[in-house]
Amino acid sequence: MTDFPFENRIWDPAETLARDELRALQAERLRETVARVAHVPFYRRALAERGVGADDIRIADDVRRLPFTTKEDLRQHYPLGFLAVPREELVRLHGSSGTTGKPTFVAYTAEDLECWANLCARFLVAGGLRREHMVQIAFGYGLFTGGFGLHQGVELVGASIIPAASGNTPRQVMLLVDLRPEVLICTPSYALNIAEVARAKGYGPDDIALQFAHFGGEMWTEDMRHEIERALGIQAFNNYGLSEIIGPGVSGECAARGGMHISEDHFLVECLDPDTLEPVPEGEQGELVITTLTKQAMPLLRYRTRDIAALDSAPCRCGRTGTRMSRVVGRTDDMLIIRGVNVFPSQIEEALLRVDGATPHYLIEVDRPGAMDEVKVKVELRPEAFSDRMDEMQRLRDRIGREIFTVTGLRVGLELVEPQTLERSAGKALRVIDRRQNRPGG
Amino acid sequence: MKIQQISVFIENRPGHLAAQIRALAEAGINIVTLSLADTEQFGILRLIVRDWEKAKGVLEAAGRVVKTTEVLAIEVEDRPGGLAELLEVIDAGGINVEYMYAFTYGFKGRAVMIFRFEDPDAAIAALQAKGIGVLDAVDLFRRAEG
Ligand SMILES: [Zn+2]
Repeated sequence: MTDFPFENRIWDPAETLARDELRALQAERLRETVARVAHVPFYRRALAERGVGADDIRIADDVRRLPFTTKEDLRQHYPLGFLAVPREELVRLHGSSGTTGKPTFVAYTAEDLECWANLCARFLVAGGLRREHMVQIAFGYGLFTGGFGLHQGVELVGASIIPAASGNTPRQVMLLVDLRPEVLICTPSYALNIAEVARAKGYGPDDIALQFAHFGGEMWTEDMRHEIERALGIQAFNNYGLSEIIGPGVSGECAARGGMHISEDHFLVECLDPDTLEPVPEGEQGELVITTLTKQAMPLLRYRTRDIAALDSAPCRCGRTGTRMSRVVGRTDDMLIIRGVNVFPSQIEEALLRVDGATPHYLIEVDRPGAMDEVKVKVELRPEAFSDRMDEMQRLRDRIGREIFTVTGLRVGLELVEPQTLERSAGKALRVIDRRQNRPGG
Repeated sequence: MKIQQISVFIENRPGHLAAQIRALAEAGINIVTLSLADTEQFGILRLIVRDWEKAKGVLEAAGRVVKTTEVLAIEVEDRPGGLAELLEVIDAGGINVEYMYAFTYGFKGRAVMIFRFEDPDAAIAALQAKGIGVLDAVDLFRRAEG
């Protein structure tokens, strides 16, 4: 165990269940879940349509006989149409901030809350949290699941908590410097923000005592991880969850940091081709589709997360047996399929951020003039990078093309354009123009 | 000895080059000479004008990406072999030429070439040692504008 950067400690023995026991447990819990959702009209109808009942579930793979649930289904049954228990049994409600106005609510029974805290404790301990630590939680406390979810997890481990909540960044820095917590919990972009404000106030990694951070709640990249780790002098851990399912706690990284271990005794996760809804081969990217196995208040069957990631069930040297998922690389909503390759606009941005002379302002244009897709990426030139020498300009272009190839695996046509020329509508940039007819998935 | 050259980034779309030239004309700036280096995806327009600071301001105000570079204007005998002899001197001096282009106006049997050297000062010294004339801005624009 000496090859871990710190002691590999396991919070819950269930994390190391043998695979065959785990699969058997999943089958049993899936059967119970199907019986439980009979109280939800939506599922009663959908199960009847498919002619499936709890008795038909014999193995975990029988999940493929069950109906899907989408965000739209949840919206149509706003606010609490998916409750599987009487309203009096609820002890807590949270919600996701809906971009369309109304939140999507998630409800918890007392048992759900207890389970949720335990799931958060699992990944917190896997990523270094110990009873003797002090933890600054800079997540929003409110309808958002991040603040309260992690708070309960930390409390269960027994560490002390500074419930700083999000915002007031100078105060966050003050707390880090004065109280010297060892652990920070927030979104990765907020951690960068905190690091910037700390630097502006003249504080570096030596002025704070942080050792670990647990980040979740948004998509981020390995480059960002390195940047935050350098800026704060910490080890950063990724965790995953979504409010419709439970909040944080679906999966999290261990000390080996080779993907996030899914708590498969509580969640059955499939990785499907978003178009065919068939499983993708292991290791390939697909949409995560999650079935809750123990949720009481609001169990969901095959919830389409729209998050794209890959699964890896190879044994991990930490001893946990839960399948590991890669970081979320994109959303099905903005995924482009080009020459059979999945590409996300965020990957282009990631590539551009690695090149000094480029700005992260770009426009992807996809055409299909013949049988093949053609991709052109327009990139705004950084004025300081402009040279009167053609060889230097060609080198800059090649460098951008190479980085895009490294990140996406695609060779794209690249066009440099003047700064401030790509359209920005209401602050948010237009990233993709897809002119293909019959485009896949469209 | 050194002349300020203005370079402008040109996008690969119809009318983008013409728009830059038009903007300068409307500001009353006379382009003494120019060269365009281009690829399918973009171009670099290089200009010699008398009032380069004004030209730079006009272009930047219009949102263009502009850069100034020091170049040398060198006289060449306007006869077969004139340029070859000059280039031989440059080669012999171990001086790196990034690019060059011909100046529009000649004078008394002499042509003028614009050279972008990696190290303009070293180039001036090497050329003058061989008795080759490097024009300053006053000489250059006198020839151009009569
Ligand atoms: Zn592990």
